[in-house]
Amino acid sequence: MARMKFLCDADRCIECNACVTACKNENEVPWGINRRRVVTINDGKPGERSVSMACMHCTDAPCAAVCPVTCIYPTEDGIVLHNKDLCIGCGYCFYACPFGAPQYPKVGNFGSRGKMDKCTYCAGGGGSEAAGSAEEFAKYGSNRFGEGKLPLCAEMCSTKSLLAGDSDVIAQIYKERVLKRGYGSGAWGWMTAYREDIKV
Amino acid sequence: MTRFEGIRLFIVSVALLIIAAVPAQAQKLGPDGAPNPTASVTDQGTLLRQAPRIEGRIDIPDLKASVLEQPAGRTWDYFHEVLLHWGAAVVIAGTILLLGLAYLIIGRVRIAAGRSGHKILRFKAFERFSHWLTAISFVVLGLTGLNITFGKIVLLPLVGPDTFSDVAQAAKYVHNFTSFSFVAGLVLIAVIFFKDNFPAHVDIDWLKQGGGFIRNKHAPAERFNLGEKLVFWFSLAAGVAVSASGFLLLFPFYGTDIPQMQLAQVVHAVVAILFIALILAHIYIGTLGMEGAFEAMSTGEVDLNWAKEHHDLWLARQLKEHHRDEPAATPAE
Repeated sequence: MARMKFLCDADRCIECNACVTACKNENEVPWGINRRRVVTINDGKPGERSVSMACMHCTDAPCAAVCPVTCIYPTEDGIVLHNKDLCIGCGYCFYACPFGAPQYPKVGNFGSRGKMDKCTYCAGGGGSEAAGSAEEFAKYGSNRFGEGKLPLCAEMCSTKSLLAGDSDVIAQIYKERVLKRGYGSGAWGWMTAYREDIKV
Repeated sequence: MTRFEGIRLFIVSVALLIIAAVPAQAQKLGPDGAPNPTASVTDQGTLLRQAPRIEGRIDIPDLKASVLEQPAGRTWDYFHEVLLHWGAAVVIAGTILLLGLAYLIIGRVRIAAGRSGHKILRFKAFERFSHWLTAISFVVLGLTGLNITFGKIVLLPLVGPDTFSDVAQAAKYVHNFTSFSFVAGLVLIAVIFFKDNFPAHVDIDWLKQGGGFIRNKHAPAERFNLGEKLVFWFSLAAGVAVSASGFLLLFPFYGTDIPQMQLAQVVHAVVAILFIALILAHIYIGTLGMEGAFEAMSTGEVDLNWAKEHHDLWLARQLKEHHRDEPAATPAE
């Protein structure tokens, strides 16, 4: 059984933000919500690195654990999906998420949050909508995964910095890269998300 | 050189000295003289040892997205799913168990002299209104709040995910809006009962006499005894804590960031659980635990004998004022 993960090779990321744009375009994400973003560490200093980050689809996902209506769950491929019909917009998944992935459209009074939105690994929604249907697209965005394709952000990354796919496969690619070029700043977020690192 | 130029020169030289003193983060070189990217990069393990979260710069306007990683989310998850679930269950079930034991051992505290048939006003209508405004808000907030923590364990298996989600959604909005009536009630209670709840010497006597729970001893008290004063002060403190943390959570990212909201949620949950335990005891003593106590807050009038046994000093003062108001016209009873 495949275990789908993201891996950002920060030594290759050139901060072009194409993954961010691709994600917004492919999934028609509403205004104010970015399912993926690029964060630059040590900007302008030696050792600067950019990391493309979205939902990491964690092992033992903390968002799923704390959800008061249990609307978040992992699929058999390890993708963390959620059901917007059940979501009450309480914001707990945001407190629990180590990567700041869940976001909420602002609705109504005060800071009232609408239904949570986050990266679905381009695998559609966790609700009752038929896979690949227009209803599913309107709520959750694209279902490339159902068509046998990987998330668009990784697929169109110009430097192949952002990798998506089965854990063993992308970890192997990253290891080979590090061995060949002689350096690597590590698999960002892996220890926190999957409780394992890629040992080279 | 003018004085202003002198100051400027001084500032510039100090700035240059500081820059020179800080070892520049120079690009580290490998053995062949070429830049070594591994040596110059700071890996995430080191970054996370330096600070609890990794932050950087982003190009999108949503500045809170500049936090790359905050492993504390998993810690908060552990608090919420393990510590809070068990802690709250133990505290609330334990309180109910203790109150049940108290009922079995001490039983209902009766009016020893029986009812006199004469009544005296203890709480005015506005005082009762303030109490019940706070009390009803508290129960609503307590139940809807517990639903967020325990609903998925208790209610979800009973009603199914769709119904439960509708209930939880409604409960969220009810919880958000009822907070305002609770705060209004809390402020009224604080203002109205503030002066009668100041600690006094008689409180020590009251404690020495067993607080009214020992049948053959009389515990003297003013309008409120030490037990009631403690309920007042603890409720006030807990009420302020839950209100402040609650409003911070109601307005996410208005002056707070993620760790502060996590902390606010922890404070909100822990204080609320202890508050519920305190109020359970308060409800017990005001209803089941003591004869003649509930009518003080329902009709506002208590039996004279009840007042004599539990609030003798207050009763004496009330009667004195009563007689001064109506001099000579009615003969003393």
